[in-house]
Amino acid sequence: QVLFFGFGWLFFMRKLFKDYEVRQYVVQVIFSVTFAFSCTMFELIIFEILGVLNSSSRYFHWKLNLCVILLILVFMVPFYIGYFVVSNIRLLHRQKLLFACGLWLTFMYFFWKLGDPFPILSPKHGILSIEQLISRVGVIGVTLMALLSGFGAVNCPYTYMSYFLRNVTDADILALERRLLQTMDMIVSKKKRIAVAHRTMFQRGEVHNKSTGFWGMIKSVTTSVQGSENLSLIQQEVDALEELSRQLFLETADLHATKERIEYSKTFQGKYFNFLGYFFSIYCVWKIFMATINIVFDRVGKTDPVTRGIEITVNYLGIQFDVKFWSQHISFILVGIIIVTSIRGLLITLTKFFYAISSSKSSNVIVLLLAQIMGMYFVSSVLLIRMSMPPEYRTIITEVLGELQFNFYHRWFDVIFLVSALSSILFLYLAHKQAPEKHMAL
Amino acid sequence: MAALDRVKVLVLGDSGVGKSSLVHLLCQNQVLGNPSWTVGCSVDVRIHDYKEGTPEEKTYYIELWDVGGSVGSATSVKSTRAVFYNMLNGIILVHDLTNKKSSQNLYRWSLEALNRDVAPTGVLVTNGDYDREQFADNQIPLLVIGTKLDQIPETKRNEVLTRTAFLAEDFNAEEINLDCTNPRYLAAGSSNAVKLSRFFDKVIEKRYFLRDGNQIPGFSERKRFGGGTLKSLHYD
Repeated sequence: QVLFFGFGWLFFMRKLFKDYEVRQYVVQVIFSVTFAFSCTMFELIIFEILGVLNSSSRYFHWKLNLCVILLILVFMVPFYIGYFVVSNIRLLHRQKLLFACGLWLTFMYFFWKLGDPFPILSPKHGILSIEQLISRVGVIGVTLMALLSGFGAVNCPYTYMSYFLRNVTDADILALERRLLQTMDMIVSKKKRIAVAHRTMFQRGEVHNKSTGFWGMIKSVTTSVQGSENLSLIQQEVDALEELSRQLFLETADLHATKERIEYSKTFQGKYFNFLGYFFSIYCVWKIFMATINIVFDRVGKTDPVTRGIEITVNYLGIQFDVKFWSQHISFILVGIIIVTSIRGLLITLTKFFYAISSSKSSNVIVLLLAQIMGMYFVSSVLLIRMSMPPEYRTIITEVLGELQFNFYHRWFDVIFLVSALSSILFLYLAHKQAPEKHMAL
Repeated sequence: MAALDRVKVLVLGDSGVGKSSLVHLLCQNQVLGNPSWTVGCSVDVRIHDYKEGTPEEKTYYIELWDVGGSVGSATSVKSTRAVFYNMLNGIILVHDLTNKKSSQNLYRWSLEALNRDVAPTGVLVTNGDYDREQFADNQIPLLVIGTKLDQIPETKRNEVLTRTAFLAEDFNAEEINLDCTNPRYLAAGSSNAVKLSRFFDKVIEKRYFLRDGNQIPGFSERKRFGGGTLKSLHYD
């Protein structure tokens, strides 16, 4: 346990906060704690398969772990998020605590409301039982997971395969840069005119732009009508040009990135990743296909794929080997791989996301949000992993998590996965089509 | 009036240190009401009287180019930024007094701007072990400005100010510490204002008065412009 905590701490310090100072240690602690507990969950799964610890102690650990995670996820993190959001808004400085509590209560309210349309409520349990909380957290987490994996499934082949890379030559980049510099020059010359006009006005002792009172307004209208009209016109032109320069800058950055990727793909490492890209794309297509079938035929898998795969092999190819023995090991390996890759993928995505949108003001809030997302992600992946494990191991999870309709979760996951995959395909297609048109117009 | 000579000064620093507020304060003499992210580069112009109060007084445009982004960006973003770095006449390095890392990153910023065709690696820039000789050769005037002075409590001010004094010494530059939301710091006649106009005067001098013919190129501008530009001359 301590190991994971230390690891979480290290990761946090090094990667996420490379450029900013950590102001509040509470944030750091919370993030590391969340991370540590999520990892222990996975550790427990692995122990489950390997049969390392005593059965009852495992059960106990599971329960404890779950309680703590749920507590953190549902109570502490939203509270702190509310607190930090409120402290960012400068108006409400005095009554920080009050507003934070208010925000938290609204959050809890929406949280309960979420449970209503779904067939999760079973009349046997009370309101604050663990099952209720897990069910809700599970719903949100599953939605998130499906969205992310849908998008990732489509984005992954798009990024890796060099088939999709547009051809960018140096001449293109130079042309675009020249346009950018020309725009900047135009902005500069217009600003010079404004500055000069301001200075002459100031030197002549005329009234500044801010009009004082009614008479002031009328006076400024009649006397300096020409000067200020010109100025506001120029100012509008400057604003438009600045917007244009921003766009050009972003396009240039995009082109540079593409060129870099082209160069990278020519190296050996690039070729290796290219090959992996093909492999992944096939896998992603297969997943989408399976999701469609699941929905269309309204079927939920009862046995896990590994056992089924082995059964098929045994039946068709007539190879005789001990099914139980092999299935155990293979499923263990697969589960391990899934866990590791999903953790790694999640951390990488979070880091990129964090760099893209962080600033020193809102960094605390973002870290907390990330911790929350991560916790939910892990909880729901435990739920879903249940599907890929052979039936003997399912018992303990079912025991611990109580009565939940697992089938429902799987269907929900498939639906959202399909929706997000399709929408991201559409989105990428549109983006891809737009870019070459823009370059043609140069 | 539009035919005044111009001088280009780059304003560099990490995200969120207050470059845009600073530029706005310098050029419009007003505090920036709604600071938001700078994407790409934003330029503003200040009219400066060189050698004010003497018979050689002349007015110049000073263009302040405020480039957004962080030192840790991908190489593609860096090479996009590099397009703004040519024909530099001066650099203003901005750091946040409440954030130590922004001061440390200033070394990398200056190297990025001065060595436009050498990607700065991690070797040179850990905690001040950098090569002072690089800066000794530098002809471009630097100014170090620390922002958010108001957010430092009185007790810690001394140690922060000594730290920044070391920083400025490393760069062989002047330093100013201020708060961008308070125009009082740059009021005419204050020592900050004097330092600022001295800096601008130095920039103008280097640009227009100290050599014959074309501008002194930066570190390795040769590569960009092909052969034929002057090497940097040494003045003893």
